[in-house]
Amino acid sequence: MASLDRVKVLVLGDSGVGKSSLVHLLCQNQVLGNPSWTVGCSVDVRVHDYKEGTPEEKTYYIEFWDVGGSVGSASSVKSTRAVFYNSVNGIILVHDLTNKKSSQNLYRWSLEALNRDLVPTGVLVTNGDYDREQFADNQIPLLVIGTKLDQIHETKRHEVLTRTAFLAEDFNAEEINLDCTNPRYLAAGSSNAVKLSRFFDKVIEKRYFLRDGNQIPGFPDRKRFAGGTLKSLHYD
Amino acid sequence: MSFLIDSSIMITSQILFFGFGWLFFMRQLFKDYEVRQYVVQVIFSVTFAFSCTMFELIIFEILGVLNSSSRYFHWKMNLCVILLILVFMVPFYIGYFIVSNIRLLHKQRLLFSCLLWLTFMYFFWKLGDPFPILSPKHGILSIEQLISRVGVIGVTLMALLSGFGAVNCPYTYLSYFLRNVTDTDIVALERRLLQTMDMIISKKKRMAMTRRTMFQKGEVHNKPSGFWGMIKSVTTSAPGSENLTLIQQEVDALEELSRQLFLETADLYATKERIEYSKTFKGKYFNFLGYFFSIYCVWKIFMATINIVFDRVGKTDPVTRGIEITVNYLGIQFDVKFWSQHISFILVGIIIVTSIRGLLITLTKFFYAISSSKSSNVIVLLLAQIMGMYFVSSVLLIRMSMPLEYRTIVTEVLGELQFNFYHRWFDVIFLNWKKHERLYCGPVQKKTKDL
Repeated sequence: MASLDRVKVLVLGDSGVGKSSLVHLLCQNQVLGNPSWTVGCSVDVRVHDYKEGTPEEKTYYIEFWDVGGSVGSASSVKSTRAVFYNSVNGIILVHDLTNKKSSQNLYRWSLEALNRDLVPTGVLVTNGDYDREQFADNQIPLLVIGTKLDQIHETKRHEVLTRTAFLAEDFNAEEINLDCTNPRYLAAGSSNAVKLSRFFDKVIEKRYFLRDGNQIPGFPDRKRFAGGTLKSLHYD
Repeated sequence: MSFLIDSSIMITSQILFFGFGWLFFMRQLFKDYEVRQYVVQVIFSVTFAFSCTMFELIIFEILGVLNSSSRYFHWKMNLCVILLILVFMVPFYIGYFIVSNIRLLHKQRLLFSCLLWLTFMYFFWKLGDPFPILSPKHGILSIEQLISRVGVIGVTLMALLSGFGAVNCPYTYLSYFLRNVTDTDIVALERRLLQTMDMIISKKKRMAMTRRTMFQKGEVHNKPSGFWGMIKSVTTSAPGSENLTLIQQEVDALEELSRQLFLETADLYATKERIEYSKTFKGKYFNFLGYFFSIYCVWKIFMATINIVFDRVGKTDPVTRGIEITVNYLGIQFDVKFWSQHISFILVGIIIVTSIRGLLITLTKFFYAISSSKSSNVIVLLLAQIMGMYFVSSVLLIRMSMPLEYRTIVTEVLGELQFNFYHRWFDVIFLNWKKHERLYCGPVQKKTKDL
């Protein structure tokens, strides 16, 4: 059982957006009854079939590391959190659709996680501000999830969804909007479930298949640069 | 005519204070949160504005600015508004926001918040019974009644804050108390944390796999719900789900451990940063100041003890005492009236500014430490309440620092309060708090030294 391969996915976002509920929904297919604050990091595991339905189907474990806290935490808390950011294979950024600040803070969250991982390989970050170039260069797949969709009134939905579409574009990522207390958003066969599955497949690919630089055929290539060769990281 | 001019001056200054409170709220307190309910921001700024106006009126009193009758009028009005806010509005909104957070009571929010407010009023009233604060002349809903109770709460808060500051300050500033933390300690603790996380993960993997095989075999692991579900789960249970509950218990214990380790690591990082800070120039400067503060705190404790033991409350204010000493003992002659006015203005001004600044900084730190996105509204309102009560009682206590001729307006407006009582009460709380804090903080510090 532990002989299956695994990938590590971080779940980041402001406190109170619904990361724990989301992770519980993804891993146990049940709604979390009594959400409470996450201190430190809570982990959960999902069993995923890579390339389901094809002859190359293989089962993997996906570990979701749900890191608690806020972007404005003391630097001692940030340093402690940094220990969880080692060898990350994918990042899910969670924001609350009813709270604009949580969406804006996603830039800072992603920088915090990515800087930690990229520093050992020598990429320098200049001033901590978000830079689209950086995300274009980023090798770690991102997914943006907006929660509490049920609390957005019908009339405002269009405006909110446009805003989140821009957000996802900035990160060069797919986006899913849902309500963590309602499992039907992730029901098998729905477009959300397909996006999720595609994201997990991408994460697994990056980890286990793209080392030799070959591109797997058949996957839509939205904004990738020069798909054939692995882009070398620039030193500033 | 002059009344109109005075009023317009007062109103302009109030608008300025309101703006300052608004900015402070936006920039400092609610930096990381979104302001959903503007009511909260308005209430906070209004409380701040009226509290500052009170201090402003004291300063005007000393300087002799504005007409004395218009000053009196504004005092009364200000006091009424502040009491209205502190006793009626803020508690009601606190109750309202607390009730809004609880999902069950969401429908009948107003009803429950009124109930909460009535409970608050009951306890607030009961507060006045054991203290010698009312004389039978006054009716039930007079200003004196309300102010006396607000004063008691506010003075208690002030004493607690001063006591806490007095003990915490040497601890924070002096590097003597810093434990030695090396990088190896931190690395070792982090390794333990990651090991615990790995153990949790492997158990969760087993659980996920068990659930998957159970699902594929057609058994569904449902949590027992309802009456029949519970009865059924007692008699029959699939072996898979038994396994799951066992592993779940182990996982819960490990998760608790991981939380502890996380907090300890964060603590070590914080100590390491403090050690590094103490080596810098700024750190050394604060360390030096810390020694002075500790001496000052010890002196304050000493004076409080003497005041209580010898049943003494200072009758004259420091300014007049100082002038007496210089005139009588040092033989320096100068215009007493002129200088006493200016010196008391400076002294009172310094006291006011430092206490406002100190309070705002403490409130901000407190807010960052305990608030979250759900409770931020409630906590800000609580802080506004504390701030209002603190400022009202500062006015009561400041009276002691002013020369006799300036005390009249405070005495006139606030009626026949027993001011001495408040000073004595302050000293009592201050001392008790120090005693308890020594007892409390001693073992905590020892425990962390053992790590």
